[in-house]
Amino acid sequence: MSSPLAPARPTRLSLAVRDSSTMLRRNLLHARRYPSLTLNLLLTPIVLLLLFVYVFGDVMSAGIGGGGADRSEYIAYLVPGILLMTIGGTLIGTAVSVSMDMTEGITARFRTMAIHRGSVLIGHVIGSVLQSIISVVLVGAVGVAIGFRSTDATVLEWLAAFGLLALFALAFTWIAVGMGMVSPSAEAASNNALPLVFLPLISSAFVPVDAMPGWFQPIAEYQPFTPAIETLRGLLLGTEIGNNWWITIVWCLGLAALGYRWSKAVFDRDPK
Amino acid sequence: MPSSVMPTSRRGDGPQPPAAVSTIGLRKSYGDKTVLDGIDLRIPAGTVFALLGPNGAGKTTAVKILSTLVTADGGQAQVAGHDVATSPDGVRAAIGVTGQFSAVDGLITGEENMLLMADLHHLSKHEGRQVSAELLERFDLTEAAKKPASTYSGGMKRRLDIAMTLVGNPRIIFLDEPTTGLDPRSRHTMWQIIRELVSDGVTVFLTTQYLEEADELADRIAVLNDGKIAAEGTADELKRLIPGGHVRLRFTDPDAYRSAASALREATRDDETLALQIPSDGSQRELRSLLDWLDSIGVEADELTMHSPDLDDVFFALTGGADRTDKKGEAVR
Repeated sequence: MSSPLAPARPTRLSLAVRDSSTMLRRNLLHARRYPSLTLNLLLTPIVLLLLFVYVFGDVMSAGIGGGGADRSEYIAYLVPGILLMTIGGTLIGTAVSVSMDMTEGITARFRTMAIHRGSVLIGHVIGSVLQSIISVVLVGAVGVAIGFRSTDATVLEWLAAFGLLALFALAFTWIAVGMGMVSPSAEAASNNALPLVFLPLISSAFVPVDAMPGWFQPIAEYQPFTPAIETLRGLLLGTEIGNNWWITIVWCLGLAALGYRWSKAVFDRDPK
Repeated sequence: MPSSVMPTSRRGDGPQPPAAVSTIGLRKSYGDKTVLDGIDLRIPAGTVFALLGPNGAGKTTAVKILSTLVTADGGQAQVAGHDVATSPDGVRAAIGVTGQFSAVDGLITGEENMLLMADLHHLSKHEGRQVSAELLERFDLTEAAKKPASTYSGGMKRRLDIAMTLVGNPRIIFLDEPTTGLDPRSRHTMWQIIRELVSDGVTVFLTTQYLEEADELADRIAVLNDGKIAAEGTADELKRLIPGGHVRLRFTDPDAYRSAASALREATRDDETLALQIPSDGSQRELRSLLDWLDSIGVEADELTMHSPDLDDVFFALTGGADRTDKKGEAVR
C-alpha cells in the first residue's frame, strides 16, 4: 500500500479544496441514493403555491395592487416568495442530515483523520446549497407551468436574482448546519429548523406587509425573508426594490458569518 | 486484596525501543466525574497493548484522547512522536482508529466507504481502487461490496470498519473493544485479523473487557479501574500477582462434606454449596496425595475441579474481588 501522504506535501488550501470536494461527493451520493427527504421537502412549497393560487387565489388577489388584481397577477406576486420558501424547506433537510451525521461514528472517524478539519461542514454546506438551487429550479418550473412570467427582466437581473437565491441559501444553510450540530437527534433537528419554514409565512410572501396589523408590520418588514422577497420581485417583475437589496445582503452576510462561527465552534468542541 | 497494586513492569533494562504511545499523568474528567486519574503508559512500537477494564473504567476515554478525538484535562500524551495536544494532525497522519461504535457510513456501499477513505488519504483513483479491492478481499467483503453498509451484519460492519482504518496504512492502530457484540466466530476472525496486523509491524492499542482476549493478543496488559492503572505487565506477570490455584471438591451428601471439611484443615469451606477449596499448584503429585488422603478417610467427592489462576482472578482481585463469583458468570460468554 502507498504512504498516506503524497510525496509533495499539499498546501492547506489544496487540502481544503480536495477534502471538501470529497465530502461534497459523499453528501451528493446520499442525496442521490435517498432522494425521498429532498422530494418531501419540495412538496410543501409546491402545495402551498397551488393552494394559494387555485383555492385562495380569488380572495388573495383581491388584497394586492389596491384590489381588483386577477389571478395571474397574484401568481406573479406569490412565486418569488415561494422560491425563497423552498430554500427554507431544504434547510430542514440540511439540519436533519447534519444532526444524523454528527451522531454517526463516521464523523468521529473523520475527526481522527489528517484531513482538512472544516471539510466535513463545507461538504454539507455546498451540497445543501446545490440542493436548494435545484429545488428552486424545480419549484420555479412549476410556477412557470401555472403561468408565472418574468416579463421585463434583463439577463443581468436574472443573474442577480440567481445570485440572490444562492447567497440566501448559503447564509441560511450555515444557520441550519449549526442547528443540526446542536440537535441531539434528527427529530430535534427538524423541530429546531422549523422557524426557517415559518418565517416566510410572516413575510410579504403571501400578502403585502401593509395589509398586516400595524404592530406586526416592523417584524414582517425587517425579518430576512421580506427584503429578499421584495428584491427578487423587483429583479424578476420590475417592482420597486428601494433599500431592500442591501438589507438582504447585510442579513445574508451577517447570518452566514454567524452560522459559520457557530457551526465551527460546535464542531471544534470535544464530542460527547 | 487492595485495589492499588504496584505496576509489575520492569523499567530501565538497557536501551528501550522507541515508544509508539506514551503518556504521563493523563487526566480527564466530565463534570464532577473523574474518568482518568493520572495514567502513565509506555507502549513500544510493534507491540500489542491491551487496556483491560470493566465498563466505565475509562478505556474509551483513553482511546479518545490518544486518537485526538477529545482533549485531556491534564498530563501529556505522545503518539508516534507527536504530542496529541500540540500536533494533533501529526498524530492523525500516523494512526488508524476503530471505535466501539461502527464508524462506517451506512447510507453508502462498503466499496464506496473504502473509496471515500482512499480519497481522504489522497490516493490516486487507480491506487484507491486497488487498495480498496485488496482490503475488501482480505476482509471477505468482496461479495457484499456493492450493498449499503447499513445492511451488513455486526461482524461484517466491524470488518469493514477495520478495512477502512487500514486504507491509509497507519503505523499505530487503536481498537476500542473490537469484539464486543460479535458472535464467537466473528470474534476469532477479528483476533486473526489483529494478529496479522502485528505481523506487519503495526502497533496495536486495544481495549477490552475480556481477559481471555487480552491474554490471547496482547504483549502487555494494563488493568484500568476507576480511572487508574491498577496493574501493568505481561499476562504471566499479572497472573503471578495473585495467589496460586486450587482444587475444588463438591459434595451432595452433607455428612461426607462435613467429614471431609474436618479432615482437610487447610480447605476453605463453602457451606452453602457444600464445596471445599484446597490450595494446590495443580501438580500430579499434589493431586495424588489429595486423592489418597480422601480415600484414606473414606470420603468421595461428587465433583472435583482444578482451578489454575487466570487473568480473571487478577482482574477481579484488582478491581474489587468481593463479588468474584457473580462477575465470573458474566465474564464467561
